[in-house]
Amino acid sequence: MDPKKVNGSGGANEWRVKVGLAEMLKGGVIMDVTNAEQAKIAEKAGACAVMALERVPSDIRKEGGVARMASIKVIREIMQTVTIPVMAKVRIGHFAEAEVLQALEVDFIDESEVLTPADEENHVWKHDFRVPFVCGARNLGEALRRIAEGAAMIRTKGEAGSGNVVEAVRHMRTIVSQMKKLTTMRDDELMHEAKELGAPLELIRQIAKTGKLPVPNFSAGGIATPADAALVRRLGAEAVFVGSGIFKSSDPETRAKAVVKATTHFEDPKAVLEASEELGEAMPGIDVRQLEQKDMLSTRGW
Amino acid sequence: MKIGILAVQGDFEAHAAMLANLGVATVEVRTVEDLAGCDGLILPGGESTTQLQFLQEEGLYDAVKQFAADGGAIFGTCAGAILLAREVKNPGQASLGLLDMTVLRNAYGRQLASDVFFGPSKLTDVPIEMVFIRAPIIESAGSGVEVLAEYEGKPVLVQKGNVMAATFHPELTEDNTVHKHFLELAGPNRSTAPR
Repeated sequence: MDPKKVNGSGGANEWRVKVGLAEMLKGGVIMDVTNAEQAKIAEKAGACAVMALERVPSDIRKEGGVARMASIKVIREIMQTVTIPVMAKVRIGHFAEAEVLQALEVDFIDESEVLTPADEENHVWKHDFRVPFVCGARNLGEALRRIAEGAAMIRTKGEAGSGNVVEAVRHMRTIVSQMKKLTTMRDDELMHEAKELGAPLELIRQIAKTGKLPVPNFSAGGIATPADAALVRRLGAEAVFVGSGIFKSSDPETRAKAVVKATTHFEDPKAVLEASEELGEAMPGIDVRQLEQKDMLSTRGW
Repeated sequence: MKIGILAVQGDFEAHAAMLANLGVATVEVRTVEDLAGCDGLILPGGESTTQLQFLQEEGLYDAVKQFAADGGAIFGTCAGAILLAREVKNPGQASLGLLDMTVLRNAYGRQLASDVFFGPSKLTDVPIEMVFIRAPIIESAGSGVEVLAEYEGKPVLVQKGNVMAATFHPELTEDNTVHKHFLELAGPNRSTAPR
């Protein structure tokens, strides 16, 4: 266990501990936080990890400009404050930001469409890193391209900062139904499907056998209430990311706890009911059909 | 035989898959009622702070202690080992106190220190595969606690009576040695008093 050995080897054991950490986060809630104080609230509410960033997605949406990796000072303070894993975001394709975060020893990197992309064709080659990556996806082809690049966890993109779960639902349903379809296909049909999805044949064949992604499949983007969390879990999400939904609500502590509870007891409506009681105001939401194409974050990534 | 797996948060599915391959029925435990009729209970890996809060809020904290006192077998991996310890450090937190040992959380460092090793154990002649992920260290174990495997001079697999703990993740490997041993503790031939 030599933390100085930072470059990825692409080896099987390295892959296992990357996916292994993602496995450990299953059933939990990963919360966006912008400072150490929020991180402490998230940990106390039962978050299984926090995502350190400079502005939550709804503020990025409002304020515009270029959104980059968070300040090192803030990430470091968060790492020193909580004992749960700390994740941080890099711009799509910005491998130098990723190298900085790896040197800082964050536990997970999110190559995220929420930040302004640094490369409009290529994502980071994540096998080069020892630190695990999570990437967003809208469909199975996108998910498998990211896994082939070395992502150890997939999350739906949803529409971050919208407070509207509709896109996360669309993406999760799409990924799950595309996987289901693969399991019904003959071997000789899989090459065409690989071509259609723009995904490596080897992964397509694997999913045709198992019916599931080879890495944990989480949901993110627009989850704002305990019932939203239960919904995406019921649709197949193995854990939930909540971005603006917690700290843009009127009572973050109560809401954080409620979302955690609903995520674990997603199959028990009584528990989701209990979690939903006595919550303050949810974050204000956006009808994504009113968003112009240029304002959609989920269309970033290739 | 039926084995419960605490399913509030963590890699409970990996344990379920391992036990399914061994032909053992499992049940996901989220409430006190779920524990009824279980011969053994697995506390999986995950985040011990998150799991601890659930145990306390769902009344499972006392129910798990009672389960052990009644002779039920318990196996904790990583976060589960932390929950079983008598004392937790770095930082301190409440624990079930079912195994007389002191555990240091995240003691090897952050995720970059996570790694896989093969090492000897008392369970079998062949080295067993040990996947460490943000693992804790068992700093010291009481005299009655048997050390079944060590890594770098520290216990990584320990047992006392019907309770065992691993700081690594046998459930993330193809090697079922450790789980088979646990099933012996939970099975009809167990040495502890039946409930």
